[in-house]
Amino acid sequence: MADDPKPDDETAERPAAAAVDPAPRPAPVPRPAPAARPPAAPTPNLAGRTTSIVAAKAAASPSPAATAREADDTSPLLTRRVWIGLAWGAFTAASAAALAATGRFMFPNVLNEPPQQFRAGFPNEYGIGVDERWKEKFGIWLVRTADDLDIGAAGFYALITVCTHLGCTPNYLSAENKFKCPCHGSGFRISGVNFEGPAPRPLERARIVLADDGQILVDRSRKFQRELGQWLDPEAFLRA
Amino acid sequence: MADTKTIDPRDSAPTRLWNWLTETQIWTSVFRHDRPNTDRNRVLVMLSNVFLHLHPVRIRKSGVKLRYTWCMGGLSFFLFLSLTLTGLLLMFYYRPTLEYAYTDIVGLREHVPLGIMREMHRWGAHAMVITVWLHMFRVFMTGSYKPPREFNWSVGVVMLVLTLLLSFTGYLLPWDQLAIWAITVGSNMARATPFLGHEGPGAALMTLGGVPLIHAADDARFALLGGTFVGEGALLRFYVLHCVGLPLAIAVLMAVHFWRVRKDGGISGPL
Repeated sequence: MADDPKPDDETAERPAAAAVDPAPRPAPVPRPAPAARPPAAPTPNLAGRTTSIVAAKAAASPSPAATAREADDTSPLLTRRVWIGLAWGAFTAASAAALAATGRFMFPNVLNEPPQQFRAGFPNEYGIGVDERWKEKFGIWLVRTADDLDIGAAGFYALITVCTHLGCTPNYLSAENKFKCPCHGSGFRISGVNFEGPAPRPLERARIVLADDGQILVDRSRKFQRELGQWLDPEAFLRA
Repeated sequence: MADTKTIDPRDSAPTRLWNWLTETQIWTSVFRHDRPNTDRNRVLVMLSNVFLHLHPVRIRKSGVKLRYTWCMGGLSFFLFLSLTLTGLLLMFYYRPTLEYAYTDIVGLREHVPLGIMREMHRWGAHAMVITVWLHMFRVFMTGSYKPPREFNWSVGVVMLVLTLLLSFTGYLLPWDQLAIWAITVGSNMARATPFLGHEGPGAALMTLGGVPLIHAADDARFALLGGTFVGEGALLRFYVLHCVGLPLAIAVLMAVHFWRVRKDGGISGPL
């Protein structure tokens, strides 16, 4: 950092036609074919490599470079100004790419989270009532009921253990047969319907179906909300 | 932007947008002066910017020559910035515990986009050690340690040690066999610390009423490792030093270092 690019700032303000070599001289627009002059050291290399760029520039705007170069023309094909422009362009592109890559870095390809979908065993492993064995790992209460509130039949439903007030995890109070949220006191019946406290709507149910092997399959990624009539969906309730 | 620009409807839309943008309060708060194309503006820009004011306003022509400075100081600083950025990103995924450290390193390569982020940090770290050494070599060979720059040389020596310590502490974090045994060997040197290492010269004298004050569980090596061998305590200790303690120290010293370059008359001249 101590080595500031000050000479660049300085020379960048020179006229565009100024040559790379340090000795100032008039712009070569009307070229008087100068006498044999030793070219600056880097010039031949640059000229050889950048012909196409200068040609493209010349095609865009009529400029002295548009006319054919004379055989004894030793002026640089790539002026300092064009070169600086190219350098800034490359720097900007590289910075943008690095920034985009950094943003992508923040989104990993693998998550160490429990799967959204799991097999919960066979229906005959469950009695009537709330089963808490999947609460810790998958955030699901698996409830077996003899007569569901909306469906009017016996079967299973999977309640998602997230309070609909502000997202805490309620507790199942078996003595009172209800879910009670410790954060703000919201209460839910074991059907999931809210009946006390600030919760504005019932708990959500997850997709529950029978898998090929006869086990109960719970899919937390698909949610059913009662206030939208979704509890009547055939995948929101497993008749058994 | 000292001169007021006028909005001329005959201007093109980009020009009008540019004129409007460069007159907003935010723009004029960041860019307080015109482009540094005159001596006066260069001085104003350098002196009114907290980052630039660490630099000299003007330096010798020889100071910008690559063959004089090798740009090794600048490269060291650039690598430090790059290491800070990549290291910050690695911290989002790396957990310094026995259970996760190694698998997180593997995950950084296998599970995270841009698996080269860790490699950039690793190779950048190797490169910084090299550039810092070459910078010191250049400063020595050009006699730039001589008065009035002897204090800045001393600051540089401390930063060299900090760079090596950063390299040393970072080496443990992958928590593979190479890391554990390298740090085991490296930290064993602390056993031989005079008076403060339990195998060091004079440690036998450090007794009180026949009870040894310096032993394996309270000597300099123990303080470094947070234990009697390279384990959980060492990993956490090295992680905190590597990510917070040492970078903070070296950043403060870098500010002093650049500022002293200015106060001591800029980059030294040719011999």
